[in-house]
Amino acid sequence: MAGPMKMRATLAGGNTDVRVLMTHPMTTAQMKEGLHHIQNVAVKQNGRTVVEAEISQAVSRNPVFTFRLKGGAKGDRIEVSWLDNKGETNKIETAVA
Amino acid sequence: MTRRSLLALLGVLLAKPLAVLAAWNEQAFGAKSAADALKGLGAGAPQPSKDILIEAPQIAENGAVVPIEISSSLPGTTSIAVIIEKNPFPLTGKFDFKDGALPFVKLNVKMGETSDVRVVAVAGGKPYVATREIKVTIGGCGG
Repeated sequence: MAGPMKMRATLAGGNTDVRVLMTHPMTTAQMKEGLHHIQNVAVKQNGRTVVEAEISQAVSRNPVFTFRLKGGAKGDRIEVSWLDNKGETNKIETAVA
Repeated sequence: MTRRSLLALLGVLLAKPLAVLAAWNEQAFGAKSAADALKGLGAGAPQPSKDILIEAPQIAENGAVVPIEISSSLPGTTSIAVIIEKNPFPLTGKFDFKDGALPFVKLNVKMGETSDVRVVAVAGGKPYVATREIKVTIGGCGG
């Protein structure tokens, strides 16, 4: 089951910092739970994809990422979504504060 | 055409669009050496660069959560990949930055033991690399 996400998007130094937390076990094949990890992460700014990531099981449990977007303004819509190796997915949207 | 092969064909047709939506480089992520991971990324023989910055602790007490911040000031950086040389599967992440994003990312990674961490940036279509050793007191890949 896809757990909750948290995100904060703030203006800093003329850019937009996006800090996002994903609730996910991120287990490796060596662990008793077996391989279960997020594979894809996408960041959108006002509906346009700005970052696309592919990640492995070596990203820590409950991944936290910070991304930095050029410029930006209060009220910009930021969306972050993920997809894991079992086809589970989740997303969160927030406005830049 | 038998009914079974028809069903199999339908399955392939239905599965395909999903695979296209979520690309994951199995060759690079399945590689068991840094060299093979680089090959899988199409970034073999990257040039060393001082314009790739890696912020990380020199000693990580807990290998399960090692914070790493990376950025590139190489003009025209389009992607950054993180390779942890001594992990069973060295390639940990590949980040593609489109117009509107700065080549910057901060993340937490797992490290099984003390290792060189290589950050490979592609700028102007060419691969560049910076390397940083992180010492690990307690490994974070089992459990």
